[in-house]
Amino acid sequence: MEISRHWRLQQQRYGLVGEVCPHCSEKIFPPRDVCPHCSGEAKTPYTFSGKGEVYSYTTVYDAPEGYEGTTPYTVAIIKLDEGPLVTAQLTDVDNGKAEIGMPVEMVTRKLREDGDRGMLVYGYKFRPQLAVSV
Amino acid sequence: MRDIYINGLGTLPVGEHWETSLRELAVQAIQAALKDAPGLKPEALFVGNMLAGQLSHQEHLGALIADFAGMRGIEAVTVEAAGAAGGAAVRQAVLAVASGWVETALVVGVEKMTDKVGAGTTAATASAGDSEWESVQGVTPTALAALMMRRYMHDYQVALKDFAGFSVNAHANAKTNPKAMFHNTLTADSFVKAGMVAEPVNMFDTAPEADGAAALLISAQPAAVRVAASAMATDTLAVHDRPDLLNLRAAHLATHKAYQQAGVGAEQMNVFELHDGFTVFAALSLEAAGFAERGAGWKLAQGAIGLSGQIPVSTFGGLKARGNPGGATGVYQIAEVALQLRGEGGANQVMGAQWGMAQCLGGAGATAVTHILSKN
Repeated sequence: MEISRHWRLQQQRYGLVGEVCPHCSEKIFPPRDVCPHCSGEAKTPYTFSGKGEVYSYTTVYDAPEGYEGTTPYTVAIIKLDEGPLVTAQLTDVDNGKAEIGMPVEMVTRKLREDGDRGMLVYGYKFRPQLAVSV
Repeated sequence: MRDIYINGLGTLPVGEHWETSLRELAVQAIQAALKDAPGLKPEALFVGNMLAGQLSHQEHLGALIADFAGMRGIEAVTVEAAGAAGGAAVRQAVLAVASGWVETALVVGVEKMTDKVGAGTTAATASAGDSEWESVQGVTPTALAALMMRRYMHDYQVALKDFAGFSVNAHANAKTNPKAMFHNTLTADSFVKAGMVAEPVNMFDTAPEADGAAALLISAQPAAVRVAASAMATDTLAVHDRPDLLNLRAAHLATHKAYQQAGVGAEQMNVFELHDGFTVFAALSLEAAGFAERGAGWKLAQGAIGLSGQIPVSTFGGLKARGNPGGATGVYQIAEVALQLRGEGGANQVMGAQWGMAQCLGGAGATAVTHILSKN
């Protein structure tokens, strides 16, 4: 069931909570406690805005176990406004309709399921930014 | 450090070996390598493998294979580094012999891909990526390559058809390699029309996962092929953590360390067995190894990579058409360079080959292992 494996990441998966480095001020996601830019200790939490743009994308037709139900789906690398890149599925956009540079925002959605009685894993996906939310 | 040589090699045909188990594949390759180097008695065994735990419910391959190969008692261990496992195992054997603690080391790369099929295998291969921040989003190795390829095409204004040359060359070379999985001709036209796996990566862009095993005997006893360099480097496991998605940094570091060890450069290489699991990796590998400027690796596929070209790659079919048996692949790559330097390439021989390089990649390039071999 792997409950604890997903439970301990809830802040990152639901709230996009990363870190900011107290030494070089770079924003870090996912959190790793050691700054990848200056190698200093970085444990200060930082909540990202969830806004960013598509850096690259692909539509997956050959899905791994646990994801077959939603095939095909679009996966992207998102460049967050604060700097870091994250990998996430796109939602509310037709497959093949994504574009590099497209503004997107984070939403919470179901990521995977383990059969009829298994655990559902929720987390972030990104959708095109809605005009009203700007 | 003393000089290190490749004394024996053995490779099995890559394909779907439904009738042969993981351990049988390994033992057969080992027997072929031992036959190729009569009189040598290995003291240590390094097994390159990526997925046996997930696909065959079997870990602890060192002791298992030592036992079934008739070497009960010797030192043996598994080396895992995703698709670079085979190359990493060869490096461990080279280090062992160089240290003087081991006189003769045996390496076997083995992968049994076909005991599971479909989504289960895809999930297993996805574990080469970052499970918490990539795989959980349904990202597969193919998807990671696709994300890199899309950006490559965007930044350098390259079209899908411009990558065709890598796969066409691989199929052309595999045709005369009896150990290769595919023996059919691929045209650039069929390449661009192939069905998508993860856009823009299509069926003819990606290498087939298959069963296989390859073995090498490595020692300090002079032989026809010398190991002139052995180097390894890493990059971030997650592709999104890289400051530059189009720079295979680990490959760059490992290759340049290897050039320094061997005292040669890209211009001396007569053969380059690169990791063409996806065509974009071939283009990026050529750039990282100094054969092309940044953004220009794809141009070499337009006529420079054939057996008589400026830099022959995938000379026995590469991952694309010889087939990609995961953790065994790196040992195949190194064995193929050795065959070229021995002059035993048959119809696939690169004439007058003196220097050859094999570069193994794990995941989307998070591990790179580079070996340079020279004709003794």
